[in-house]
Formats: sequence, structure tokens, C-alpha cells
Amino acid sequence: MASRPRTLYEKIWDAHVVETRDDGTSLIFIDRHLVHEVTSPQAFEALRLAGRTVRRPDLTLAVPDHNLPTTPRVDAAGNRIPIADPQSAAQLEALETNAPSFGIRYIGATAAEQGIVHVVGPEQGFSLPGSTIVCGDSHTAAHGGVGALAFGIGTSEVEHVLATQTLLLKQSKTMEVRVNGELGPGVTSKDLILHIIGVIGTAGGTGHVIEYRGKVFERMSVESRLTVCNMSIEGGARAGLIAPDETTFAYFKGRPLSPTGEDWDKAVEWWRGLHTDDGAVFDKSVTIDAADVEPTVTWGTSPEDTSAIGGSVPDPMSFADPNKQEAARKSLSYMGLEPGQKLSDVEVQNVFIGSCTNSRIEDLRAAADVLRGRKIATNVKWAIVVPGSGLVKQHAEAEGLDKIFIDAGLEWREPGCSACLGMNPDKVPAGERCASTSNRNFVGRQGPGARTHLMSPAMAAAAAVTGKLTDVRELVK
Amino acid sequence: MDPVSSIEGRAIPYGAKNVDTDVIIPAAWLKTISRDGLAQGAFETVRAQPGNVIDDPEYQGAPILIAGDNFGCGSSREHAAWALLDMGVTAVIAPSFSDIFSGNAFKNGILTVELPQEQIDRLMEVAKTDPISVDLESQTVTTPFQDRFTFEVDPFRKDCLSKGLDEVGLTLERSDAISQYEKNQAQTMPWLAKGTEIAA
Ligand code: SF4
Repeated sequence: MASRPRTLYEKIWDAHVVETRDDGTSLIFIDRHLVHEVTSPQAFEALRLAGRTVRRPDLTLAVPDHNLPTTPRVDAAGNRIPIADPQSAAQLEALETNAPSFGIRYIGATAAEQGIVHVVGPEQGFSLPGSTIVCGDSHTAAHGGVGALAFGIGTSEVEHVLATQTLLLKQSKTMEVRVNGELGPGVTSKDLILHIIGVIGTAGGTGHVIEYRGKVFERMSVESRLTVCNMSIEGGARAGLIAPDETTFAYFKGRPLSPTGEDWDKAVEWWRGLHTDDGAVFDKSVTIDAADVEPTVTWGTSPEDTSAIGGSVPDPMSFADPNKQEAARKSLSYMGLEPGQKLSDVEVQNVFIGSCTNSRIEDLRAAADVLRGRKIATNVKWAIVVPGSGLVKQHAEAEGLDKIFIDAGLEWREPGCSACLGMNPDKVPAGERCASTSNRNFVGRQGPGARTHLMSPAMAAAAAVTGKLTDVRELVK
Repeated sequence: MDPVSSIEGRAIPYGAKNVDTDVIIPAAWLKTISRDGLAQGAFETVRAQPGNVIDDPEYQGAPILIAGDNFGCGSSREHAAWALLDMGVTAVIAPSFSDIFSGNAFKNGILTVELPQEQIDRLMEVAKTDPISVDLESQTVTTPFQDRFTFEVDPFRKDCLSKGLDEVGLTLERSDAISQYEKNQAQTMPWLAKGTEIAA
């Protein structure tokens, strides 16, 4: 086995095979399981009904994020403020009961460490390089940014992992997305991944695990890598990977659940071998020139509907595929846009800076850099910043970023998924537009009738300042 | 999971193509903590139209649903399968299914039957007046008339469905192999074996 050159994906896969069956499926060991309140109640209920236990509670971490309001969670006297929506409250309560009763470590709604599962995992040192990570949420792909094989699963699979710490899987095909050259000034990892999805399409990675390769990724911070891998699912891939390197090791050193002492040395030694061997073959390969990437926004209702900010709303007839023409027509009617309209003329009434794609400290710094000493435009009615975790929030406050946001007219909120999907009260009103740093611009994603434009934190901040989709490079020359 | 053998009864002649999971069960219903009760929200937007086939008293409690191409596309929510089960549907017949949906359906004991469009068209006709029968053992769909259509099913899935085996139960039988893996991992990759206990 060792003699054949292998891809990074194959190396992680091989290290986790418990056994392989005749039909080619394998039982794969899962090292880390993140659990949140939305997709777990039915799994715990099934365990209870069957009289089953959690095989490895120590490899499981539970954090609520989707339903939590982003308004204060404790009152002045330090008492918890109950969630008004009874169903959200019931989902939270179920997790609060299930985690301790199955022996799982639980980070509660008011803990400083609470946050979006995909922010918390790496931050706590729970999501380690070379590990297999699952969560009942499709954006689990994010953890690929630390060099872990991470993917979303359904509730029956959540139950399967809780009971057996394994999953029955077929090996995926491999896809290389190679980016040559360097990103221009003002162009971020979010612009890059939006551009990549625009190029490969939402089905481009179907059946594949993507490995992002090239100098651009090597130079990126771990946080930016998490942003890139997060949206692999929008490109149809179940998982995305970036090889761990010195930047990754430095990121993990000293985190609460990171290995220590002798374990640390052994881990790093193994991690150093986690890269695609020379001569390893990918099933599919796409090459992108970094010089082609501009600050990018979406104009439609699919993450592949991307354009450089300098561009215009496309004419649906300009697409070769009749299905795409039809989809674009529908998108434009939902989005209230006309073909040929300049993107930089499109006004926004809402700004959302947050979500597991862009709510880490680096994202907040990028947004604050644009907003420092500025005010949001008068046509922007609602602008919120939702840090990805309580620790990110503390960190930002220590740097004074909260003041910059508040002075500019944005709201500074408690951590959670928030307006990314509007399961909590944070929603974009019907017919209004939102400059959003999240990952999905689907119909109704941010609230019924809401119109979402995806972009980077710096671009969202620029939109807040001008009240329109704006090339951030014009503000920070 | 209850064993599946044959499913016989009225079939809802729904027929729509590209039915996504948002149509089967809208996002607002994801806030539940139970698998039950989702029938109420199933096909909510379809049922808002007067005279829709789902609410037609003729098909109340029908165990079979007939649909068009690409049934169950969209999000991975397993609630779509639970909603169908809660309606009493245990077999869906369509020309094709999304992968994730058919996996979720299988895990919940719902049979997904793929048949070519002409045969679907014929079943849509029959369903308006007569029952339909789906037999897993012989892999056939039959009507009270001369129709007899055969379908493919993955042997592993067929075995699980017909014996009512659940995947968790099957994997638990492999506990020894999993224990062996864990033992090796504790030796070779001790840092991975430690998890949340490290900061106890
Ligand atoms: S922030 Fe959005 S995409 Fe991320 S886990 Fe929450 S809901 Fe899902």
C-alpha cells in the first residue's frame, strides 16, 4: 500500500478503514463527532428506544447554534433568558438533556466557548488534522481547512455514529482544484471560493472530495482555509481538503483539546506526511488562475451565480444550457434584478456579517478595517455582526472591534447561526436585499422572500457603508 | 424497523417532477424534536392549492406515492422521509430519485421504486381508480389488470428491508472489529483516541 502514490484523501481514508466488505463499501472509524440541536433529537430518541448507548462519548462534542437568538442570553441579574419560540426552546432543551444523559461533553448556550459548531471544532482543537469528522450539517466540509476529512451526515447516520463510532461508506472520487498565481490586493479567500464555484458549478464536485492545491492555499491562514473548504458543498462535493502544514500546526499548538507533550510530537510527525504524494492521480482536475479572481458577489439564487463586482447582471439568454436559462430567469425575477444592470448599482437594505463561512476573528478584522471611522448608509436598515463563537467575540472586544462596528451603526450580537438560515429571529424581510457573508443564497434562505447576495466580510462592510454592492478596493485604496 | 415485503393499496397519482425536499417538508418543520407528526406539514405548499391530489379523500392513507423524475432533490433533511412515513407512505414510485433521498428513505424502511416514464404514466392512470401492488421479493409492480413491471433493487438494501434489519444493528454486530481498530488507534495515534477527555 505504501508504495503506490496516494492523494491526501486516500491517506486519511486508509488510516480509518475498520474493515472493507465484498461490495466495496468500508466501515470507516469516525474520530470526531459534532452534535447540534437541530439534527440530533431524533437520533438520541432512537438510541433510547432501542436501549442503545453512545459508544464513544469522549469523541463527541455537543453545541447548540442554529436556534439560539443572538440577543443577550442572560439578564442583568445573571439569569438565563428563555427562548421565546417554543419549538426552538424545545430543540435546545432536548440537547441540554440528551448530552449529559449520554455522557457527552456539552458547551451550553451561555458558555464563553459556545458558537457555531464549525467554528468551535477547530477553535477548541477538537477538529484535528488527519481526523475523520462528521456532523449532522452539510457545512461540516469546513473542517477540511485543517486537513481533516469532514462531511455532513443525515440524522440516521448521526444515530449510527453515536451508537458505533463508524459509518458505512463508499470511497469518493478525488478532484483537484489547483489555483496558480497569487490573489490580487483586496481579494480574499471568500472571493476565491465564490469564483471557484462559479467556474465548476454547483454539481462540479458531485461524488468527489476536492483537494485545493497551490501556493495561494499554502499562504492562507487556517481561518481562510476553513472559509474555502466550508463552501465545497456548494460546489457539489461532500468534502474539501487542504493539506496541513506548519501554519496548521502553529494554529493547533496549545488549544484546549489539542494533543500535548509526547502526543503532540507524534501527531506532528504524522501530520507532516499528510499531503498528496508526487505522482498520485486525481479523478478530475480543474486549474484556476488567481489573477482572474476579483472581489466577487452572487447575483442569483444559486451559489454558482457569481460575478466580479465590476460586472453586470447577466442576460439569461447568454447561457448555453436551456435549463440554466430558465433557472437564471427565475433567479432574476426572485432577486428583482434586470439583465445588464450594473452590480455596483444594486442597493442593499440589510447587511449580515457572520455564519460558519466568515465569522472568525480574521473576518471581523477585515470588516472592521473597512468600517473604521465610517457610518453605514442611510438606506441600510439592519446591519448585524454575529461572531462565530463566544471566544471570537471576546477576542474582537479585546481588540476594540465591537466599538468600530457599533460606532458605524452595526449591531454587535451573541454567537450563533443567525441570519444565515433564519431559524432564530434574525431574518431578512421579504423583498429586501442582504449583503451576506454566509454560504447559501437559496430562495427564502434568510427568510421568506429575502434576497441574498453572498460576498466577503470586507465587501459586506463596503456595502454597509455605501448602501450598494461595492468594490471594497474603492474604499481602501 | 419493520420488515418490508409487499405494499398494496391505493397510490397517490402525484406525478410532479423535481419534487425537492422543501416541497415534501418545508424548512419551518425542521424545528421538531420527533419523527412523528410531520404529515401535517408534508406537501404544505401543494396542499395550499384547492383540489390538490394529496388532500383528495380518495387517496387518504394511501401507502404508495407516484411521482416524476428526480424525486427528493435539494437538502439532505431526513424529515422528508419521516413526513412520508407519517402520511402512511411506505413506497414511492418514480423514474429517478436523488441519491440522498433514496438513502434516507431506505434507512427508514421506505421502498423507492424506479420505473421508466411510460410505465409511470400507465400506473398514474390505474391509480385513479384501482389499487396497485409493489412486491419486494419478486421486484415487481402489478395492477389488477395485466400490468407487471419489474424493478431493480440493490441486493444489500433488499436484504435489509426484507428482514427489517437496521443498519445500526448490523454494524453493532461488528463491534469486535471496531474494538480492534480502537485498540490499534490508541497505540499508533494516541492523540486521536483521546477526544474531549484530554481537558478533563
Ligand atoms: S452558520 Fe449557516 S451554514 Fe453554518 S452551520 Fe449555521 S446554518 Fe449551517
